[in-house]
Amino acid sequence: MRITGKVWKYGDNVDTDAIIPARYLNMSGAAELACHCMEDIDPGFVTAVQPGDVIVAGENFGCGSSREHAPVAIKAAGVACVVAKSYARIFYRNAINIGLPILECPDAADETEAGDVLTIDLAAGAITNGRTGRTYRTSPFPPFIMAVIEAGGLVPYTRKRMSARSAGAG
Amino acid sequence: MGHTMAEKIIAAHLLDDDEAAASRSAQGGAPDVWPGDLVEVSVDLVLANDITAPIAIQEFAKLGVGGVFDPGRVVLVPDHFTPNKDIKSAEQCRAMRQFARAQELTTQFEVGRAGIEHVLLPERGLVVPGDVIVGADSHTCTYGALGAFATGMGSTDIAVAMATGHVWLRVPDTIRFVYSGQLQPWVGGKDLILYTIGRIGVGGARYMSMEFSGPAVRDLSMAARFTMANMAIEAGGKAGLFAVDETAQAYLAGRATRPGQVYEADEDARYSEVVEIDVSAIEPQVAFPHLPENARPASSAGDVQIDQAVIGSCTNGRIEDLRVAAFLLGGREVHPDVRCIIIPGTQQVYLDALREGLIESFIEAGAVVSTPTCGPCLGGHMGVLAAGERAISTTNRNFRGRMGHPNSEVYLAGPAVAAASAIAGHISTPEAVLA
Ligand code: SF4
Repeated sequence: MRITGKVWKYGDNVDTDAIIPARYLNMSGAAELACHCMEDIDPGFVTAVQPGDVIVAGENFGCGSSREHAPVAIKAAGVACVVAKSYARIFYRNAINIGLPILECPDAADETEAGDVLTIDLAAGAITNGRTGRTYRTSPFPPFIMAVIEAGGLVPYTRKRMSARSAGAG
Repeated sequence: MGHTMAEKIIAAHLLDDDEAAASRSAQGGAPDVWPGDLVEVSVDLVLANDITAPIAIQEFAKLGVGGVFDPGRVVLVPDHFTPNKDIKSAEQCRAMRQFARAQELTTQFEVGRAGIEHVLLPERGLVVPGDVIVGADSHTCTYGALGAFATGMGSTDIAVAMATGHVWLRVPDTIRFVYSGQLQPWVGGKDLILYTIGRIGVGGARYMSMEFSGPAVRDLSMAARFTMANMAIEAGGKAGLFAVDETAQAYLAGRATRPGQVYEADEDARYSEVVEIDVSAIEPQVAFPHLPENARPASSAGDVQIDQAVIGSCTNGRIEDLRVAAFLLGGREVHPDVRCIIIPGTQQVYLDALREGLIESFIEAGAVVSTPTCGPCLGGHMGVLAAGERAISTTNRNFRGRMGHPNSEVYLAGPAVAAASAIAGHISTPEAVLA
């Protein structure tokens, strides 16, 4: 899977209240949530983001609440991938589980600026910056997580596992 | 090489067909896990609330199983926007209630017979030592105060856990915190944890388990321990664990709904770091906007006028917290420029506070006392801030916009500093108010 998109750049500790403020959590539809994505830290984001764009951020992206509404809002807003120096663990799990590609790559995060165009090859774990021409390699996902991604998220992965288990037991 | 508490609890919950367990028992050893292992474990309790359950229920339906793995071990709590603040919240709660009934969950919580999940579950004896508990709420880590490995996850993880009774985990590294020395007056669990997060930062324990230990911790009440474990996530932690001692056993007696299993860290457990903290030097703390790591002594806050003081939440909504607040507010008055909002964590806490006369003190002082709810903690209802307003709050997060308008500010503190500030009209200390 290959992604080419314009970069939205944010700093460290972007929390889940910044990604989707709690006042919108009385709803859970992806499209409704997307309308308020990043609203409190970047009010222009929602109107200008294009399908396929990429979020690049610093340390501890997605810290705070367990709300899956956060990666759901990012994905539904059209963002194709998040690249950060590091992630809060619940956000990381949630993104994998719902099928939002996310990569951890400190060098790429440091050297990328807002408005750059990144080309990302997810299978190879390669990120190329169109402005500087530099290519960065990320460490591959562990096999278990790769299997979840390949299945299309945790729910389809679990369905497969459950039928395999009951077949094995029967 | 020995094991930490988290490693022991996880190892005891490995599934039979887990690869780590299988390879070890092939070698004739007992199940054994180390930091970094990806493992699958069984869970003892699965939790979701009125915000996270609706998505979990949708995802559960996609799994194509008929029922939850065990109707006695799935708990849904309406607490964030309840009593329903608007039509959308009412519909989320209805979806949750319908699911609970259809699945015949044995413990069904409802407004009027519930409270904030992380105060409620331990109070009702649903948490016992040695449990693995997963909740679709980041503050699920609160239960580590009772020696359970408890961690927050998202709705999809919880849907799978509700269906299978299993989750996948990466075995975390552990940081050990050793607290020694003598606690200063007015210093409680909240001050210790704010100070600790100030030391290591909001990412300081990312992906890790925090073990809270040392002589100063042994003197802490269960309420103080719940407060500290609650905020492990504010340092990025996966779990925050306390050893189970007589204080914990006394809390569990007559309350626990299942037998527990006590796991102790080995003497030679491998820690990624050991942080020594002398509590004698810690003053009552306040964390400035917009991160919990911006902790400093309340005495050095400077002149910070406040518009609102909130005392409650899963962090500090227990009876011990309300007693501290009532001690200061009793016979005094909330400053005319301040709205003081007090929220008991559960119906039981509310009733205890009523019987002890605390509610009377609060109302006479000019405070509002609300039914149990998360309410203002997440800017939901019952005390949302306008642009430019400032609150001091005993909650756990002061992110931008957390309690309302993106240009409002939240200062985190324990109940003593929050009550003192409500009286003074600016961030203050109990000593200053009592003087
Ligand atoms: S009181 Fe606040 S932090 Fe605790 S569960 Fe409710 S919203 Fe979350």
